[in-house]
Amino acid sequence: MRKFVLLAFGTLLVLALGSGCGGAAKKSGESDQDTPAARESRTLTVFAAASLTDAFKELGKKFEAAHPGVTINFNFGASNQLRAQLEQGASADVFASANKKEIDAALGSKLAESADVRLFAWNRLVVLYPKANPAHLGTLQDLAKPKLKLIVADKAVPVGKYTLEMLDKAAADPALGAEFKSAVLANIVSREENVKAVVAKVALGEADAGIAYVSDLSGKDGEKLGRITIADALNLMAEYPLTVLAKSAQKDLAGQFVDFVLSPEGKAVLRAQGFLTEPAGK
Amino acid sequence: MSGAARERISKGLLFAAGLPLLLFLLIPLATLLGYFSPGEISRQFDEPETSQALLLSVKTSLLSTLIVLLAGTPVAYLISRRRSRGVRLLSVLIDLPTILPPAVAGLTLLLAFGRMGFIGRWFDKLGIEIAFTATAVVLAQIFVSAPYYIKSAAIGMSSVSAEMEQSAALDGATFFQRFRYIVLPLSARSILTGAALCWARALGEFGATILFAGNNPGRTQTMPLAIYIGFERNMEQALTLSLILLALSFSILLAVHALINRNSLPPE
Repeated sequence: MRKFVLLAFGTLLVLALGSGCGGAAKKSGESDQDTPAARESRTLTVFAAASLTDAFKELGKKFEAAHPGVTINFNFGASNQLRAQLEQGASADVFASANKKEIDAALGSKLAESADVRLFAWNRLVVLYPKANPAHLGTLQDLAKPKLKLIVADKAVPVGKYTLEMLDKAAADPALGAEFKSAVLANIVSREENVKAVVAKVALGEADAGIAYVSDLSGKDGEKLGRITIADALNLMAEYPLTVLAKSAQKDLAGQFVDFVLSPEGKAVLRAQGFLTEPAGK
Repeated sequence: MSGAARERISKGLLFAAGLPLLLFLLIPLATLLGYFSPGEISRQFDEPETSQALLLSVKTSLLSTLIVLLAGTPVAYLISRRRSRGVRLLSVLIDLPTILPPAVAGLTLLLAFGRMGFIGRWFDKLGIEIAFTATAVVLAQIFVSAPYYIKSAAIGMSSVSAEMEQSAALDGATFFQRFRYIVLPLSARSILTGAALCWARALGEFGATILFAGNNPGRTQTMPLAIYIGFERNMEQALTLSLILLALSFSILLAVHALINRNSLPPE
């Protein structure tokens, strides 16, 4: 028994030392996509920001209908999480982010080419509250009410970063001021790892308010939520870029999906889900 | 071929058959060790979020374990002594959280103890907040880790013979005297083992916590949550905390094994 344990530890040690070097991934062989059978059933993997969930599912259905044999696999998550997954070697064909920062980071890691990056949607922040409005919210100022339970996204997530930027703008606004910002920050009870978790917890009624995107009100939780519009002067314009990924084995199909998202039909779907398809109001 | 040689070959084959899984289990852990750097660890400790998460994890998991010890011991005794169908069903139900996906545990806790929950709403009326507080962190940990303690303690207690207790009772020992001087000492090893496992599980709790207690650095962000968020924002922090958790969990398991193999304690 003791020998066995020693052996196990020895293995562990050797592996620990060895893990520093090596690790270069093997290049996978050329895919056999030229055979008709493979062309008939192809899978496109799309990594998309959590806020795009409903819109992209809809877009995916339409794209699949227009391209028989093509199945789209979605991985929805916080943009920063998706970018981290891609950097760790996750294979995907398209990446749609809720901010430029994660796309820039992806470009920095040679995951994509800057020529392929295209902006396709814009979004704004909004304050959500459960329909019953337990904290009797009426205006943005009410977010500073003492003991309010506010849920936002973590600052690692685009929407969380926009939220902080919005609060900075509010702090600079004489009507709200720095006290407003610190009072709101003190009211935060959770910093969620993606925007959909914010929306879900507010819709459950577990928080008095949350900060998410306008488009989140078009989702299925929308009917359980009330909203307070944030004035344009304080609000931010979230930009959504998407790109075909450099390691995609089917760039043609991936490019077709990107074109579809940017087509009039794709834009109509995005607008129906509460997104802006032009950087209006800026 | 001699019997001894055949025996050796069989053992070798057995080892070869087990090696792939062994490697699979050890390689990821070894990879993590490859990132060990004392400088980085001490640098990470200057970040308030890292030390806050560590402190919160240690505090909440110790509190959870203490509560489980106090409240779980009677449950373990009940299970070890009663053989009725109801109690047996109960012991199956108690095991449920150990195999339940943690996200399900978190969701059920939120639905029960959230302020809209059927229990939580009464607490809310009294002005007591549970969800998104450190209380929720502890409740989530208790929920997922208590079964480990109860199971282990019950096994230990059931090996204490009922006759021994009965003869003590005949000699005039009260129920509490019997429990204190017979049952507890004779099942001490199982109780300690269970408590250690319970602590290790509480320390690692993630899914139920992030759903029920939320992620709030300094208040509800335990180490596993900081690791998850750090993976996206601060990989060095995630790695440092992972190494600390690995070291802590490994030490706890080592202690458990030492306890199990110790001969000085009375046999069970």
